Amino acid sequence: MSYIPADKLREEAQELINKIDFSALKPKDRLAIPMQEMPAQEPSVRAKNIQEVAIGYFEEQVKLEAERCLQCKNAPCIKGCPVAIDIPGFIKAAAEGDYQKSVNIIKRNSMLPAICGRVCPQETQCMAECTVGKSLKDMEKSVAIGRIERFVADWEREQGRMSLPEIAPATGKKVAIIGSGPAGLTAAADVRKAGHEVVLFEAFHKLGGVMIYGIPEFRLPKVILDKEIDNLLSMGVTIKKNFLVGRTRKLSDLIEKDGFDAAFVGTGAGLPNFMNIEGEGLVGVSSANEFLTRANLMKAYTPDKADTPIFTGKKTAVVGGGNVAMDAARMALRVGAEEVYVIYRRTEKEMPARREEIAHAKEEGITFLFLTNPKRIIGDKDGKVTGIECLKYELGEPDDSGRRKPVEIKGSEFILEMDSVIMALGNSSNPLISQTTPEINVNRWGNILADGDQKTSMERVYAGGDIVLGAATVILAMGEGRKAAESINKLLAE
Amino acid sequence: MSKVLKKTQLSRDVFQLVLEAPEIASERRAGQFVILQADSDYSERIPLTIADADEAAGSITVIFQVVGKSTLKLAQLDAGDVVENVLGPLGMPTHIEKVGTVVCVGGGIGVAPLHPIAQAMKKAGNRVIIIMGARTKELLILEDEMRAIADEFIVCTDDGSYGRKDLVTAPLKEICEKGGVDLAVAIGPAIMMKFCAETTRPFGVKTYASLNTIMVDGTGMCGGCRVTVGGKTKFVCVDGPEFNAHEVDFDNMMLRQRSYKPQEQEANHKCRLQQAVDELQEQK
Repeated sequence: MSYIPADKLREEAQELINKIDFSALKPKDRLAIPMQEMPAQEPSVRAKNIQEVAIGYFEEQVKLEAERCLQCKNAPCIKGCPVAIDIPGFIKAAAEGDYQKSVNIIKRNSMLPAICGRVCPQETQCMAECTVGKSLKDMEKSVAIGRIERFVADWEREQGRMSLPEIAPATGKKVAIIGSGPAGLTAAADVRKAGHEVVLFEAFHKLGGVMIYGIPEFRLPKVILDKEIDNLLSMGVTIKKNFLVGRTRKLSDLIEKDGFDAAFVGTGAGLPNFMNIEGEGLVGVSSANEFLTRANLMKAYTPDKADTPIFTGKKTAVVGGGNVAMDAARMALRVGAEEVYVIYRRTEKEMPARREEIAHAKEEGITFLFLTNPKRIIGDKDGKVTGIECLKYELGEPDDSGRRKPVEIKGSEFILEMDSVIMALGNSSNPLISQTTPEINVNRWGNILADGDQKTSMERVYAGGDIVLGAATVILAMGEGRKAAESINKLLAE
Repeated sequence: MSKVLKKTQLSRDVFQLVLEAPEIASERRAGQFVILQADSDYSERIPLTIADADEAAGSITVIFQVVGKSTLKLAQLDAGDVVENVLGPLGMPTHIEKVGTVVCVGGGIGVAPLHPIAQAMKKAGNRVIIIMGARTKELLILEDEMRAIADEFIVCTDDGSYGRKDLVTAPLKEICEKGGVDLAVAIGPAIMMKFCAETTRPFGVKTYASLNTIMVDGTGMCGGCRVTVGGKTKFVCVDGPEFNAHEVDFDNMMLRQRSYKPQEQEANHKCRLQQAVDELQEQK
């Protein structure tokens, strides 16, 4: 992928539209339509601002991209979607220019289309099953399902008439939803639709969970997040912010004393992991969670307004290879770092981050050091980071995850000068709920054990999202929230 | 949203706020803290120990020193104003039991978090010795409240302007030498806690310290509050705030407390801050 200016993409799409007779397209013709690239801000410009990187499709591009869909009878893409959206259905409506119909089809399964269109890893889900990609023998050329989803969701929001689902008559039952991230929000909406009273508990002062504190503004603008959440909650959900279940009130008290008939725990992946190497306590070393929370939730990217400081080194190293590492590295550029290095112990091929995020990071000038891993962090007499000592690695035999295991090369130590280091090594589960709710069984990593119906070992308590899965994705969390809501609705119907 | 019910200026730059927070007031236990944020959009989240609570009135009391822009914002609030966000109670409560004789050592603003612990220790049937100290007389807070709890009460100032002219470690050492001390609790500046730990260590007196590290969320998510305790990384917000003082790496903790000093100094020149505090003083 190399950067193509947005105007050029639009021009090309316009020219193509004029040439195609859409009334008589054969599958062969559909496959011949080039995949529409996502228009984006110019890399050197966007690396210094916080605005959204991807601009979104032009209408001409949506038309072309939607016409690439073969409308397969067996719809393999739906099987790839954790919430089973009728993908051919919404794409057909988009191709016909009926965007309202299109978004309505999505909303039958997902209440957060503008968010999912932006942050879902479609390439490993719906797009990984797409017949177009398979026919072209290049899965990166599958129909860009998420980009079309984003377009129709944005269209609806910009029309200012976001639709609400129908709500069943009040049942008199009350459900506690703990955590307002993707799992909690989805569960809240689905339980509410069934006519139950819903109280949504959130520890932070803002709703959205990882979508507000973790995913940066430049990937998911907070006004869009807020609008989508507001819309969902206008179904009549009571919100309790600044409320930490486990501490402000025990989960068992909610069920036993406060009259809740069921609860859903969607508290996410909590505790950030560190490497336990020398120098991690130095000034200038932080977890990606801390760095991103300061930047996103606390808005430290606007130092003239925000009271929360952020560490702005000139040379920043980010350790890790996931989406969070990409977010932290790209955010570091935007809060003042001049050089940003991503240090990853395997190769680019094994990186768990989305290809698009890696490509964006590269375009913005971030340097990747593959097959490299920190050995220790070096500081000066004041305890400030001055460098990072790394080891070179090579790939050995495949490990449990099927990826080739990185093996250190003895004696390959080298030092990079650095003044801040961000650890993006994933999260362990937050112990709060399990510490304060012994009735809930957890596995040895502290993740809550839930059965196929998302039910925990505690009566009337369900769980889903990262607190069950370990660190995963927004859409998988939504899928679990949905499944849990179904179980809760079934329980309360009895 | 929490209403400020009462504001009191305890010393030159130390303020006490009584906040309406019924849920926190009924659940909190000694040793726990809250996170305050003046307003949602741009204010900082500040961890403060709950110095007292009145369950019947549904209120909690916090005490803080103006050290930067955010604490100044809080100091400028008056009764009737609101703090937009108050989250708590956070952290593990202090383990309170009857052990015999407990020495509570508080330095400066650290007397505020020490107060509910001393109170609970007394209530549990312990003999409570309180040592409190400050740089100078006018920086002493909660003297009457602490004196009322104590079976034995010692007050020190660094400059001798009130009580003994000593550091708190001097009477602590004397008490340990006399023997019969079952537990010590030290809360104050990191350097004071470090030396209290060094004082009690040779006597084998178990000592707790309550740590006040940098924090963002206070729920275990950011790891900004991490400290090394017994060679292991611990999070003050979920594993603490109290730890075995003999195992805490205070030197590293002090380094990390200064992480954002350059930014803070840039944001608020000390003179500007002092000027604002003085203005508050004059309004009184």
